[in-house]
Parts: sequence; C-alpha cells; structure tokens
Amino acid sequence: MTEKKLAIIATKGTLDWAYPPFILASTASALGYETQVFFTFYGLQLLRKKLNLKVSPLGNPGMPMPLGMDKWFPVMGTALPGMESVMSAMMRKKMKEKGVASIEELRDLCIEADVKMIACQMTVDLFDFTPDEFIDGIEYGGAATFFEFAGESDICLYV
Amino acid sequence: MTGFDQELDASGLNCPLPILRAKKTLSSMESGKILRIIATDPGSVKDFEAFSKQTGNELLESAEDGGKYMFLMKKA
Repeated sequence: MTEKKLAIIATKGTLDWAYPPFILASTASALGYETQVFFTFYGLQLLRKKLNLKVSPLGNPGMPMPLGMDKWFPVMGTALPGMESVMSAMMRKKMKEKGVASIEELRDLCIEADVKMIACQMTVDLFDFTPDEFIDGIEYGGAATFFEFAGESDICLYV
Repeated sequence: MTGFDQELDASGLNCPLPILRAKKTLSSMESGKILRIIATDPGSVKDFEAFSKQTGNELLESAEDGGKYMFLMKKA
C-alpha cells in the first residue's frame, strides 16, 4: 500500500485557525499519510517558540459565546481594549476543561509524527523574523519547493 | 475476552489524542502483540475503526462500559 500524501498550506495565525492544520497533520500522520505543512504569512505565528495565540471576537459572528452573549453583546464592545486577551484566555480555559490538546502539544506530536513543517522564507524575511524565534526542526523554503510535494499530494488543503 | 500485552489509558483525552497516543504506543510494540485502549471520547469509536482500516492494525474488539470505551488492537 503506497503512502498517501497530505499537503497543508497554513496562512492564519489565530488560536482558532491554529487547530485545523495541526490536528489534520497529526491525525493524517497517525493514519499513515506522508504529511507536509507549509506555513506562510500569519501561519508563521504557529511556528514561534513562545506561542501567544489569540482569537478575536471582533467581526466574528460565528463565534459562540457564553451566557448567550453572542445574541446581545454589541460588536463595538468586542473592540474594547483587553477583550481579545479575555476571550482568548476564556477559550483556552474551556479547551483545557474539555480535554482538548494545546497547540504546543499538538505541534510536538506533529514533529514526533515526522510531519515536515516548512516556513515560507519570503514571509520570514517580510516580517523580519529570525530563525531563533522559531522552534527547532523546521525547514525554510519557498512556494516552488513546496509545489514539488504539493503537486504529488492526494489531498492539498489551504487553511 | 482476549488477553492483552499492554494497556493505554486515554481517558479524558479528546480527538485526536487517543489515536495519536495509540499510534505511539503501538510503534514501540512487537508485531502480533495486543494493545488495550481505554477512552472516554465517544468519537474514538469511529476513529479507531478508521485507524484500524488505514493502518492495517487489526481491531479485535470494541466495547462500551458505562461511558468508557475499550478497544483491543493487534499490532500488524
């Protein structure tokens, strides 16, 4: 049985967008897929050593809120200073209570599962990131390099 | 009920952790050995069926006992 290939392009850097690439990559790897994830633009935030991922309630009508807040809390309120941090902390707390793995844990599992993680060199330069800001074990490359793998993948996802 | 060689308690862990932990434990086991997995995640029932199909590790038994799910998996 030849190994199937999964290619993921991760472009977002918020807490809610961080889960899909890591969960999909780690699960696929557990199921025997050869997996590579290309982190570009805000996706680079997911590769930093010290993660401080946030989720913003502002302009996020799909976000469920406790106490039925999503029905009456004004959108302007979500733009107040500190709201982002509060919401992010609440979401993280809920995840912990429900036994959902943290991003750090999922990321470590991916590395353990031999998921190849590639940081887009262009965006690293664009945002003036330095390699020591990122975790070890990642590669640097460009779109063309990634296409080598993505072009042969059975599943290619843009997250 | 068949005996088992190793046990993995994945209680309290949610998707995708039960599968990932199972994979890790299985990779350190010899072929033919049986792993008993306990999980509380209801989604794990389907997950382990799919895991078994995709990886070729035989799912010998899948049972439920008062909210806890038990799986017996044989390393390919």
